[in-house]
Amino acid sequence: MERNGRDSSLSEEKFAIMAKDPRWRMVNRTIRQGGNQADALIETLHAVQDSFGFLDRESMEYVANALGVPFSLVYSVATFYHYFTLKPAGEHTCVVCLGTACYIGGSQAILEHIEEQTGIKPGETTGDGRFSLLIARCFGSCGLAPAAAFDGQVTGRLNPQSVVKRIWEWTGHDA
Amino acid sequence: MMLEEFNQIGISERERQQAYRYHLRVCGAAGCLSCGSGELKEALEKEVDRQSMTGQVEVKSVGCLGLCTAGPLVQVEPGGVLYQQLHVSDATAVVASLASGPAAGLCCPTDQHFFSRQTKIVLENCGRIDPERIEEYIACQGYTALYRALRELTPREIIDEITASGLRGRGGAGYPTGLKWTTVSKAISENKFVICNGDEGDPGAFMDRSVLESDPHRVLEGMIIAGYATGAHTGFIYVRAEYPLAVKRLRKALSQAERLGILGKNIFNSGFGFDIQVRLGAGAFVCGEETALIASIEGRTGRPRSRPPYPAESGLKGYPTLINNVETLANIAPIIRHGGDWFSSIGTEKSKGTKVFALAGRVRNTGLIEVPMGTSLRDIVFEIGGGIPGNGTFKAVQTGGPSGGCVPAQYLDMPVDYESLAGVGSIMGSGGMIVMDQSSCMVDVARFFMEFCRTESCGKCLPCRVGTAQIHNILSRIASGFGRSADLAAVEELCDLVKNTSLCGLGQTAPNPVLSTLRYFREEYLSHIEGKRCLAGSCLVSSAREVL
Amino acid sequence: MTSGTVLPRKRRVRPVGSHRILTFKINNRDVSSREDESILAVARQNNIYIPTLCHLDGLSEHGACRLCIVEIKNAPKLVPACITFPQEGMEVSTCSERVIDYRKKLLEMLFTERNHVCAVCVSNGHCELQDLAIQLNITHVRYEYLYPRLALDGSHPRFIMDHNRCVLCLRCVRVCDEIEGAHTWDVMNRGLDTRVITDLNIPWGSSETCTSCGKCVQVCPTGALSEKGKSVAEMVKRRQFLPYLQKMRRWEEE
Repeated sequence: MERNGRDSSLSEEKFAIMAKDPRWRMVNRTIRQGGNQADALIETLHAVQDSFGFLDRESMEYVANALGVPFSLVYSVATFYHYFTLKPAGEHTCVVCLGTACYIGGSQAILEHIEEQTGIKPGETTGDGRFSLLIARCFGSCGLAPAAAFDGQVTGRLNPQSVVKRIWEWTGHDA
Repeated sequence: MMLEEFNQIGISERERQQAYRYHLRVCGAAGCLSCGSGELKEALEKEVDRQSMTGQVEVKSVGCLGLCTAGPLVQVEPGGVLYQQLHVSDATAVVASLASGPAAGLCCPTDQHFFSRQTKIVLENCGRIDPERIEEYIACQGYTALYRALRELTPREIIDEITASGLRGRGGAGYPTGLKWTTVSKAISENKFVICNGDEGDPGAFMDRSVLESDPHRVLEGMIIAGYATGAHTGFIYVRAEYPLAVKRLRKALSQAERLGILGKNIFNSGFGFDIQVRLGAGAFVCGEETALIASIEGRTGRPRSRPPYPAESGLKGYPTLINNVETLANIAPIIRHGGDWFSSIGTEKSKGTKVFALAGRVRNTGLIEVPMGTSLRDIVFEIGGGIPGNGTFKAVQTGGPSGGCVPAQYLDMPVDYESLAGVGSIMGSGGMIVMDQSSCMVDVARFFMEFCRTESCGKCLPCRVGTAQIHNILSRIASGFGRSADLAAVEELCDLVKNTSLCGLGQTAPNPVLSTLRYFREEYLSHIEGKRCLAGSCLVSSAREVL
Repeated sequence: MTSGTVLPRKRRVRPVGSHRILTFKINNRDVSSREDESILAVARQNNIYIPTLCHLDGLSEHGACRLCIVEIKNAPKLVPACITFPQEGMEVSTCSERVIDYRKKLLEMLFTERNHVCAVCVSNGHCELQDLAIQLNITHVRYEYLYPRLALDGSHPRFIMDHNRCVLCLRCVRVCDEIEGAHTWDVMNRGLDTRVITDLNIPWGSSETCTSCGKCVQVCPTGALSEKGKSVAEMVKRRQFLPYLQKMRRWEEE
């Protein structure tokens, strides 16, 4: 992997270790497919998030070095696009759709009920790390509004009670 | 690939299908999949085996059957019987009924207006073919337009045909497609690009998702023709990362087309070569704006830049770039097959062809529909949509998403086309249609869209970055019962500022939902401010009253 | 030229690489311009004042502050003068009532975004934002202040970054990228949450890429970037170096 000669807190040895990790191999493949070009930055960050679940400082440094892109630009892209997350998600995630059809269909009430029952706000994870609450702009499942994705599985025609029941199944709440 | 070889693919596929007596088409679009159509398909396959009808019955996954609200849907051919809301346990009855006639109690009436009032051009293959098999697309005349374009037509003739068709951009603004193609084709450059804009960011819109999931090859065919007509050899499809199924099917379609030589060098021995790459969005509504989209494909943050120069002159990497929406490109192949005159005979004087709408909200039949331009809102909402469920009364229909407006009941008989919608303060937009009934508070709806624009503003230009936040603050205050009498004037002034001084379309159109609700539902704003009362009963003003 | 010379079929109108010259009107005055000169540049050549904030001679145009908006006859929208190019016969107005009105509103809006408290600012008296407010005669702000609670980064040995005074003109980002070539600065997030950052949003002082050249500090129009040790009203920026550096870089390239 070509380095752009910048001093970095990542040592050469550490790079060598990372390069052997199968998860990094996935990322490296994306980088190679993009011809080590800066315009593959978003694709590469997608690959990192697919492999690791989130983007941490180390991985962003790695991507910056591999593509020869300034650190600040990588951080800029990683925080501009809301699909990327810099924090690890909980064991289970529930993404509530806040698209127009879902909003009209009562997704706000669903969200409030979850917040009330779990004590966390969108973008947060419960203290025990078991559950993360997220919001999305629109799944395009408007025909089934209101919808939410439980661990990536989109489910429609929900109500506050049914959603919280699903979440309790994960978190072991016995109320 | 030679013509005989290509035709043979279609012939063999038709023969393969004719070998079966019955076809069970299981909807495999995202909507029905999330209602369990995947499991249902497996159950049907097992049941076919069990009732020893293998070889007689083909169970296949098809694209969107349209009526998402009744999913999962299964259509039986021949006969066209449609089963709705099937459960895995219904598989036995469905398979058993093939010989005996429709299974009672499971049928969805297909004689209703939802089906009869539609005209399908873009969606002609949706629900008919398996989107993951290129052979089925070819068997339905797929890629014949491309063959004809590359072997029989000059780029000029193609552009003339598109211009004659009167096709206008389906992304929202309605720019004449023929003119856009002409501009790019006239640009002199050693390199040009075609971009398919599949960044369907409008909340409440799922037309592009459905087309990409149900008939991806149609979009590829349109792109290759566009490339040939404008002189581009590379294409990019920009799709939202939130649409994993569409991405998967697109990638599959690309590799199938490459395998058959429909993509790559020397397509159909014409000497013309074209390659397509998929690029993923990452959750930014503003990337639907063309200069932001280009920045995003270049791996940067999607912040729009000022135009001119327009992308047709200087776009991706500085080269002339044609950017068309998914639905626009999906219209290209039929236009080449049937001619521009045929297309322009559908629709209204200034808006030709059909438009796909995603019908959702407080309406009985939610789902994907395609109607000729000029169909009235009343037909869409009450005939096709089946009206308002429960005992609800129609209040407004929201078109154009965060850039559009709310059209009230007095305009229900208005024809849906670009000019009419703009005339009542909304826009055609990409095709999301959200129906609202008396339970929706228009102040809250305006607040909802402004909240959307506030978080989706890229933050580059001052009026959009700060103005949307200022408007949102005031609307929130009004919605929660703390509005002041001067607030409406302040909102109107801010809207005017944001509209007239913002850099890109997002900011320039962000005030539309607020302005249109202020225009038609001013009394709701006033009742929040003066009476501290929400006419729809959905706002928090009641709790505010207790505080006061 | 002798009579026997055959004229080329197509007469070349202009030498290769040259630009068309055109005339248009600014505030009813006839001005002439090269087609690649912005309305702002032509106005300045003719001593016609147009206020600017994100624009800075020597840097690429950003077109974001919208304070340089001007009105073009028969055009529905106002356009920023810094990135709009003149066309033959165009009639531009830089100080119509409509323009002045929008400009004032925009500037007022800018004041509400962060905490611009002049009285305690190192740049008091030497601040472009303050100067603009005086020039546009802004005495009060009609919008509500957003009062964000923002941090101050004092980790750099020589400079201070105060987000409360930042107007997001991105001059620092551009000078660092285009002139210094370090690209230490960029912006994170979007919308109202946009903030300038160094490297991976680390304290400026621990940045590995910053050369501490101080160009960003000198180009900053407000007190957002300042030198350490300066007290209220003591921070005077000097940026004469910019056009010179740009000229030298261009000369090197040629």
